Amino acid sequence: MSIHIRDISKSFGSFRALDRVSLDVPDGTLLALLGPSGSGKTTLLRIIAGLEFPDEGLIEEDGEDITERHARAREVGFVFQHYALFRHMNVFENVAFGLRVRKVPKAEVTARVDELLRLVRLEGLGGRKPSLLSGGQRQRVALARALAIRPKILLLDEPFGALDAKVRVELRQWLRRLHDEIGMTSVFVTHDQEEAFELADDVVVMNHGHIEQQGTPDQVFDQPATPFVMDFLGNVNVYHGRVENGRAFWHGIPIDYPDYPHAQARDARVYLRPHELDITPATSVASRPGTSLPASVLRVTRSGAITRVACRPHGSETELHVDLPTDTARTLTLEPGTAVSITPRRARVFLPGPEYVI
Amino acid sequence: MTTRTTTTDAPKPLSAALVVFATSIVAVLIVVPLVAVFAEAFSGGPVAWWQALAHDPDTRHAIWLSLTVAPIAVAINTVFGIAAAWLVARFRFPGRSLLITLFDVPFSVSPVVAGLALVLIFGRQGLLGPTLAWLDWKVIFSWPGLVLATTFVTLPLVVRELIPVMEAIGPEEEMAAVSLGASGWQVFWRVTLPNIRWALLHGVVLANARAMGEFGAVYVVSGHIAGATDTMPLRVEKLFQEYRQPASMAVASVLAGLALVTLVVKFVIEHRLHAEARELELARSTDGTTHDATPGRAGA
Repeated sequence: MSIHIRDISKSFGSFRALDRVSLDVPDGTLLALLGPSGSGKTTLLRIIAGLEFPDEGLIEEDGEDITERHARAREVGFVFQHYALFRHMNVFENVAFGLRVRKVPKAEVTARVDELLRLVRLEGLGGRKPSLLSGGQRQRVALARALAIRPKILLLDEPFGALDAKVRVELRQWLRRLHDEIGMTSVFVTHDQEEAFELADDVVVMNHGHIEQQGTPDQVFDQPATPFVMDFLGNVNVYHGRVENGRAFWHGIPIDYPDYPHAQARDARVYLRPHELDITPATSVASRPGTSLPASVLRVTRSGAITRVACRPHGSETELHVDLPTDTARTLTLEPGTAVSITPRRARVFLPGPEYVI
Repeated sequence: MTTRTTTTDAPKPLSAALVVFATSIVAVLIVVPLVAVFAEAFSGGPVAWWQALAHDPDTRHAIWLSLTVAPIAVAINTVFGIAAAWLVARFRFPGRSLLITLFDVPFSVSPVVAGLALVLIFGRQGLLGPTLAWLDWKVIFSWPGLVLATTFVTLPLVVRELIPVMEAIGPEEEMAAVSLGASGWQVFWRVTLPNIRWALLHGVVLANARAMGEFGAVYVVSGHIAGATDTMPLRVEKLFQEYRQPASMAVASVLAGLALVTLVVKFVIEHRLHAEARELELARSTDGTTHDATPGRAGA
């Protein structure tokens, strides 16, 4: 089932949670709504579920207008952040709830619930109360409960937020496989970019009630549409620079920026990801003005497979952060004070101003 | 989790003194008077006690009236309490804090004042007097007045009990039920009510105890007509004024007995409430670490 959202707005008092948001979710897609807290992602999810209603705008499912339709009639499976399992019911009754309120015959309920408990690998735990389950088990009960009504759309609000790191990764991979098997249109909310990139077909980055960018994980990561997306998806070095004649300059190194062909110079910002910078010893042939930048090392911090190097470019007060594979860092024998030269493999330029807000 | 701290560094003589002080207060103010009531009630033996209760038609009527008025008032407060607590716990609206404060008015206003206020509104010379006279409804000096007065004084008990519990539980389970296709009634009967049942029962038991024992407000609106508008507490007072102490104490002992039963029920319910609160805390805990079997490849 495809979802089309047109110009949805929603305010809570004076707070504008969503500001004319439009979004398409193609049939069978697993889509992530990614953004910081307060960006409106959960509100959007709840509006799709019918748990909130937009002040203006339109929602369509397969071309049918469902904007005014009550949550009860939407046939949407919703998994809540803190599971929201019915505490006084055991696992079986939790999963059976949606069928019981639909007056499904008893034998059919039992068969369906047993099937779902097998699907989420919880067979034999039907008699347990939710309070006796681990976080990951509760999450799977919540998922089975949502799937019991054979929803057309599955919505998940921060589905792994309350789990510890190891369980989170396991459950994430399992959910991806489950989605591939069932093939249901699914939308989940997360503030964790790793989760969004690993799990989703499509990522929607949200900020302050509007969508910054929608695309595949690769598109969003490699071609961030706005400084916000660039900033939000991982660490970044930001520099003030100038742009003119289709080129920006960062410490004298030219960076192509064809979007601004004008001769009149303009303020711009240069964004450099730490892992897209190379370090070479200062004596190397690669070190020459115009392509690389002389700098001295300030700190070297090893963080697992990555080594973070803080440098100070000569004649500059700002620190520059470079991430290297630990093996590469070792062969370079970097120490505080080492003279190096830094070459950007890639840089992005954004002009300040509202024209970059989609 | 509740952490229990035991202070062991208080000097022994001081703690001993405090224990003696507290125990004697409880003994003098609570235990001895209660025992005295029962002792006086049964001073003529159980047969005399029974006759005092059962053979006096006015006393019989008073017991019957109390057993009617209190449940009606409690039922009204149960419905009101659930609706009001749901409103306050689930919605944010202007005047919400004021409303919560207003729920407490019956606790802070003297019951006599409450009774007089009801007379001013529903009495023959009152605001609604002419309308009620035209309808030929009698409220003051009749059982509806007793119900109104009793409802008024017990109003905070159920709603006050439910608001914190409903707020602690939160709206998510109800929203989950709605998204699974439940109607409003189904959500209430299958999710909301089971979740608040112990708190509700606690409020009902307290309201019932208060309703049975209410004197001041009921005294004003009843007009104390023996055999018609006298409830048990009013009957106790009347018998006492008529120097029929053993009969008075017999009725009083029934009230005291009800109080003791309430105490036991309350104790059991509170035990359940604590257990539920612990369970809620457990459900909120973000463990996910305890023996979390890796979900295997999904079948079906």
